[in-house]
Amino acid sequence: MRSRRFLVLIIAGLAAGLSLPTILTAQGKEPVKIGVLHSLSGTMAISEVSLRDVVLMAVDEINAKGGVLGRKLEVIFRDDKGQPAEAVKHAQELVESEKVTLIAGGFLSNVGLAVSDWAKQNKTMFVVAESLTEALTWSKGHDYAVRLRPNTYEQGRMLADKAGKMKYVKWATIGPNYEYGKRAWETFRDRMKELKPEMQVVGEHWPTLGKIEPGPLVTAILSQNPDALYVSLFGSDWLAFVREAQKRGLFQKMFVVGILLGEPEYIDPLKLEAPEGMLVTGYPWYDIKAQAHQDWVARYTKRGDKNPVLGSLIGYVTYQSIADAIRKAGSTDTAKLVQAFKGLKVETPIGPITFRAIDGQSTMGAWVGTTKIDPARGVGIMVNYEYVPGEKVLPSDDEVKKLRPVN
Amino acid sequence: MSLLLVQLLSGLANAMFLFLVASGLSLIFGVTRIVNFAHGSFYMLAAYLTYSLAAALPLGPGSFYAGALMAAVLVAGLGGLVEVLLLRRVYRAPELYQLLLTFALVLIAADAVRILWGADNKTGPPAPGLAGSVPVAGQLFPSYDLAVIAFGPLVALGLWVVFHRTRWGVLIRAATQDREMVAALGVDQSRLFTGVFVLGSFLAGLGGALQVPRVALTTVMDTTVIVEAFVVVVIGGMGSVWGALLASLLIGVLNAYGVLVLPKISIVLMFLVMAVVLIVRPWGLLGRPEIQLRAGTAVVGERDVPWHPAWLVAVGAVLLALPLVLPTFWVWMAVEIFAFALFAASLHLLMGLGGMVSFGHAAYFGLGAYGAALLLKWAAWPMPLAFLAAPVVAAAAAAVFGYFCVRNTSIYFAMLTLAFAQIVFAVVHQWDAVTGGDNGILSVWPPPWLKSPALYYYWALVFAGAGVVLLRIVAASPFGLSLRAVRDHARRAEAVGINIRALQWTAFVVAGFFAGLAGAVFAFLKGSVFPVYTESPMSVQPLVMVLLGGVGAPSGPLIGAAAYKLLDTVITRYTEYWQIWLGGILIALVLAFPRGIAGVLDWRRS
Repeated sequence: MRSRRFLVLIIAGLAAGLSLPTILTAQGKEPVKIGVLHSLSGTMAISEVSLRDVVLMAVDEINAKGGVLGRKLEVIFRDDKGQPAEAVKHAQELVESEKVTLIAGGFLSNVGLAVSDWAKQNKTMFVVAESLTEALTWSKGHDYAVRLRPNTYEQGRMLADKAGKMKYVKWATIGPNYEYGKRAWETFRDRMKELKPEMQVVGEHWPTLGKIEPGPLVTAILSQNPDALYVSLFGSDWLAFVREAQKRGLFQKMFVVGILLGEPEYIDPLKLEAPEGMLVTGYPWYDIKAQAHQDWVARYTKRGDKNPVLGSLIGYVTYQSIADAIRKAGSTDTAKLVQAFKGLKVETPIGPITFRAIDGQSTMGAWVGTTKIDPARGVGIMVNYEYVPGEKVLPSDDEVKKLRPVN
Repeated sequence: MSLLLVQLLSGLANAMFLFLVASGLSLIFGVTRIVNFAHGSFYMLAAYLTYSLAAALPLGPGSFYAGALMAAVLVAGLGGLVEVLLLRRVYRAPELYQLLLTFALVLIAADAVRILWGADNKTGPPAPGLAGSVPVAGQLFPSYDLAVIAFGPLVALGLWVVFHRTRWGVLIRAATQDREMVAALGVDQSRLFTGVFVLGSFLAGLGGALQVPRVALTTVMDTTVIVEAFVVVVIGGMGSVWGALLASLLIGVLNAYGVLVLPKISIVLMFLVMAVVLIVRPWGLLGRPEIQLRAGTAVVGERDVPWHPAWLVAVGAVLLALPLVLPTFWVWMAVEIFAFALFAASLHLLMGLGGMVSFGHAAYFGLGAYGAALLLKWAAWPMPLAFLAAPVVAAAAAAVFGYFCVRNTSIYFAMLTLAFAQIVFAVVHQWDAVTGGDNGILSVWPPPWLKSPALYYYWALVFAGAGVVLLRIVAASPFGLSLRAVRDHARRAEAVGINIRALQWTAFVVAGFFAGLAGAVFAFLKGSVFPVYTESPMSVQPLVMVLLGGVGAPSGPLIGAAAYKLLDTVITRYTEYWQIWLGGILIALVLAFPRGIAGVLDWRRS
């Protein structure tokens, strides 16, 4: 008997699970729903949790000002587990069961690409916040996908434009063994060769993402004796690498350039172990003077009682952009949204940005600067930084046309 | 020269951590025969506990060391608790259910860490007094790593004293060799098992705690370490602590030099080593052939849900009508379930009928998916042809890998399948030019005439359904009966003239074929293929499905696949902590219904 009752419970549970959403949506004036794919578990959970908090903040602010099209904005989160197939499943479910207007999110490049391809197939708008791969807006680009964050190509060039003016000739690199790591290096290297033709590459190291064995790698790099090292590691790989590299004196022996490594996501966990004197792209939120940004930081810290990371800014601006696009379209119709995103101007806490009509890449830039320890806060910060807007490094429309398939 | 020396030291330091974790795992397996997936979770928990204790204890520089020891002790206690409260209840169930139970613990521990400590990476304090480095042959080397290199042999020595100079240790060695005999001589087995679990978990905890000054803590450090630890244990020989030491040194040092010499294959180096060792020495370097338990392994008699013909007709009618009534998303969901039902059913042929547990079945699922995608994209084959060729690709790979795998048995078989799956993963992951590497192959959609959800649903139903029916026919054939005979008593089966290896090899190829077909169904459902399709989490899924459904029931894998996918989808909609729920449900099922859901459905006879 016990087993029968158990079975009934399972069936009842499943049935409730299936029917609940339909009951909810039947009430009141329909909000405009946005489906959000987040990696709340899996390798990328680290950067995504802060993103979720700020999404709710952005949506609350939008709704406090009357929402969009006279309706409230509502976000529905799904955990894609950092897996492309899971992400596609949730995207389907969000569009078909929850009737969301568009899909946002996607952290890992392969998750972004999988959902983007599905969005193209299903004619659903997909707003990419974080994924960095250039393929999203260029070689695999299409009308239904736009992306906020500056991609690997842009950030690699920003760094090369600075490093190319320096004296270092012999370079080595270390990065995760997948597309992001390789492209981050190739764009940097190619630009360096333009600026400094005598540049030599003395070593490339591609440890498995999430499974780095830092000790032997640091020794291997030291043995190649480069003048400078280009790093595209991130997350736990980067933290473990720094700890070994510090103890083995790597940072004293060579100049280090790190893509993304000035972002609070990656420099804060290192506390006082953060290496000084690295050339990095990142986000010096503590030092940006623009009034709109200072106000935003104040609101953010007040609400969550914690400091912002780059993911917070990206998340916030993503939902600002979505709300603006819906207002501009005057509708939640996908075809109109596609048009609305073309050339969409958004007033962000860091100034105006534009989603380019040619490829859907926003002109949001990144900060390039040098790392230093801030003893007062006990973490690494960026100094002598400069904000490089996307326009400065993005390829021209003619170049993009060559990269992007016609569709 | 100095480079080689420093590299050797780096390798040795890593080897000591591997040894700490692997020796505990080996010990637990040797005595209790439990494949303890949760061993890595104890390692992770100890690391996080050390992180918190080191910050909280008021002992100044001693806080870290005291914290590390306390964390290891706490984790050891937890290990004992798990053994007494959970595992003890399932020793008499088939070994596989213990595996499912430890898998559930992995899920729960992973979410517990996220809830207690958050998902962001943490870096613990440097080790007080050992934070610096010392010059070694002209290079700086971390003093902490030197201390670890000295500490590892001390632990090994301590274990030697326990095993050779205490009565308890002698009993453990005896139980590792022949636990039935030890029980027959009047030794209290349950106390022995609890003790071993406490000691094994302590070693895992120590390994995790001592990593805190070196690495960053992440919520996925459990899965990384458990796979490495299993590889080490298997290379060394399950149950052999000295084998674990030897294998740790081998892997640690090879990895360190591999970075210098063969950086491209460092992703699979340890799996290549394991494959070679298992092919040459089927029981690992220092392992011994397993003693067949006299009582036999507990096999739950094969018994299916009492399908009334009317039920079957009803299920068939419902399946045909589904796409007409279900919303599109649930139609897609159903197709996903079909793919996994076939995937699980193909594994069931190996596990259920053959008694061969594979940890690497995803290789054939993934190769089917990649085969179809590559033929479609590169050879521009029409979709139906690419689809039908997929299982052939998978079967071809299964024929090659299976030839080596079936020469091993039990856990060694499982680990060799895992090694081959990792090799497949490394190839699709690294061969950017052809497979697109990590970015996968996109736009693998069915042609326009098959694009509508309902049509693809029927397509998937026909092929997955045909696959399942063919597998049923195989199971009922003389071939299937011989497979069962080998599973239940290999020596008797051999005596009546069954060629065991040929039989198992054939089963491996057939299972690979249908896994490949499942992969093709899945690929065209998602429209893209990725290296993760061949990775270990994908191999674990059908394993859990088969066990959830009931390994003794022919319809178990189908029921299990449906239940697992539905549970997963429903739970992830309502909570971000889906793992803790899934884990809890799995534990409840294992404890209450060791025969799986099929056993529940069969209530009239249970």
